[in-house]
Amino acid sequence: MIMKNNIKTKRKAYSVLMKALMGISVTLTCALVLFLIGYILVKGLPNISWKLLSTKPSYLDDSIGILPDILNTLYVVLATLVIVLPLGVGAAIYLNEYASNKKLVGIIEYASETLSGIPSIIYGLVGMLFFCQFLGMKTSLLAGSLTLVIMNLPTVMRTTQESLKTVPQSYREGAFGLGAGKWRVIRTVVLPSCVDGIITGCILSVGRILGESAALLFTAGFAHALNGIWDGLTSAGATLTVALYVYAKENGEFEVAFAIAAILMILTVLINLAATMVGKYFKKKKNI
Amino acid sequence: MKNNKSFADRHKKLTEDIIHIIFLIFGLITVAFVLLITVYLIIAGIPAIRKIGLIKFLFGTKWASTAAEPEYGILPFILTSIYGTAGAIVIGVPIGFLTSVYLAKIAKPRVRAVIESAVSLLAGIPSVVYGLVGMMVLVPGIRKLFNIPDGASLLAAIIVLAIMILPSIIKVSLTALDAVPKEYEDASLALGANPIETYFRVSVPAAKSGIAAAVVLGVGRAIGEAMAVMMVSGNVPNMPSLFQSVRFLTTAVASEMSYAAGLQRQALFSIALVLFLFIMLINALLNFFLKRSRGTKEKHSRKRKEASD
Repeated sequence: MIMKNNIKTKRKAYSVLMKALMGISVTLTCALVLFLIGYILVKGLPNISWKLLSTKPSYLDDSIGILPDILNTLYVVLATLVIVLPLGVGAAIYLNEYASNKKLVGIIEYASETLSGIPSIIYGLVGMLFFCQFLGMKTSLLAGSLTLVIMNLPTVMRTTQESLKTVPQSYREGAFGLGAGKWRVIRTVVLPSCVDGIITGCILSVGRILGESAALLFTAGFAHALNGIWDGLTSAGATLTVALYVYAKENGEFEVAFAIAAILMILTVLINLAATMVGKYFKKKKNI
Repeated sequence: MKNNKSFADRHKKLTEDIIHIIFLIFGLITVAFVLLITVYLIIAGIPAIRKIGLIKFLFGTKWASTAAEPEYGILPFILTSIYGTAGAIVIGVPIGFLTSVYLAKIAKPRVRAVIESAVSLLAGIPSVVYGLVGMMVLVPGIRKLFNIPDGASLLAAIIVLAIMILPSIIKVSLTALDAVPKEYEDASLALGANPIETYFRVSVPAAKSGIAAAVVLGVGRAIGEAMAVMMVSGNVPNMPSLFQSVRFLTTAVASEMSYAAGLQRQALFSIALVLFLFIMLINALLNFFLKRSRGTKEKHSRKRKEASD
């Protein structure tokens, strides 16, 4: 009897303990997110001003503006997407629609998984050696963007591939039955049905590009100059994250750093919202 | 007429073939990139190791790249990376694991959705922002709490890394826990186990490969992180100690690259090569666990099918 009771209390204690530990963990995680958002917004928002957003840093008036960094970020995001989208979507289409050799598919998928595991500092180093030095691009936004293309390729490939897998086989068979060639089927049937995967890949890539710093430090540099529209891509420049690092670590300008952090935080929230909304929208559409 | 048609056919066939080849090239680009990175790192990394000597390079305890008689021993960096990663895992894995069990098995769908989106937000925050908060909150906090002259230390880096790997651990374990068949839990409950016992003694063991993959993924993230760590660890090439300023493999590359030249620069590439080898090892391990996790999932569904037959 005593023994039975003993086991009962033990079991009960185990449940209570595990429940408590789970409660603590969840609370910690949530508190962490709330703290990070709150702290950065409280410290950063008051420092954001129109002047900060619309000027470049000037030694004459001893003022700091982040307009060049914003433009550089835009450039890098656009240039990377323009190159990575066709590559990633093309690779996904090859894997899903063309490839018949299982070994080759295995190799390509393993390569893509390897790419997504390589740390950004190594991308930065290889980008510097290959694009900046070997291909002679010097430290430039273009070299930075090309480095980011390699980094984001697995993301775009994966999201496109996932959505290609949901395109019903009957769509393809219907089109083939009507006499369409393979390329025509891909262009008119397969591609339009996997737009959701491509858009999700886009959003995720934008998020990664915005947050990237280590890969850009040695490929795109940390200049804060305003460039013309055309020579922007070939000149060096800091994106917002790199600018944050430089202002916080090297210059000790914490107010500017927090302002940039707040901007990045808001962008991160927006990107997360966009990704969720796109997912929901297309899910609804596909169900109908 | 007939001739004409066969010309059109041949033309069509040719276009299809060309397009096939174009897509094949797209597909092979990832492989080319991996080869490019590997080859470049090996070519750039070998010369310095040869000049310094492999043993001296890997197990030398002193890094003094700018001294009159420079010494290039990277053991402090290797050990710091290992200790830092281990510390982050020790703190981050229990918290992430318990959170994912709660989300998968206990939380109501609404609560789960909210917390899940909070976790993805955590994953999306740029690493420099973590670094900034660490610099402004954690470093002074550690200095005051432990009464040491400088709070930029291995401990600060460990805490930042633990936070940064949390989202990957939660997400991957969550996927693994979700995939556990409900029948397993029902059977356990029917045998008289209470819900908590069921979750931890039936569901978690059934998802163990996926959870192992989550841990390995966390290891990869932690060992590869550069910027956040650079901002909070102080960057002095000491042998690792919890309250001292330290330098990781990643930060060793990043901190001297902008001004290094000659052998010093080559040695930085060698450090990157060592880091790359670590990462490849972790990738192989990750692949192993993911494959096993997929294997168990198939086993689950096969068993379920047999039962229903």
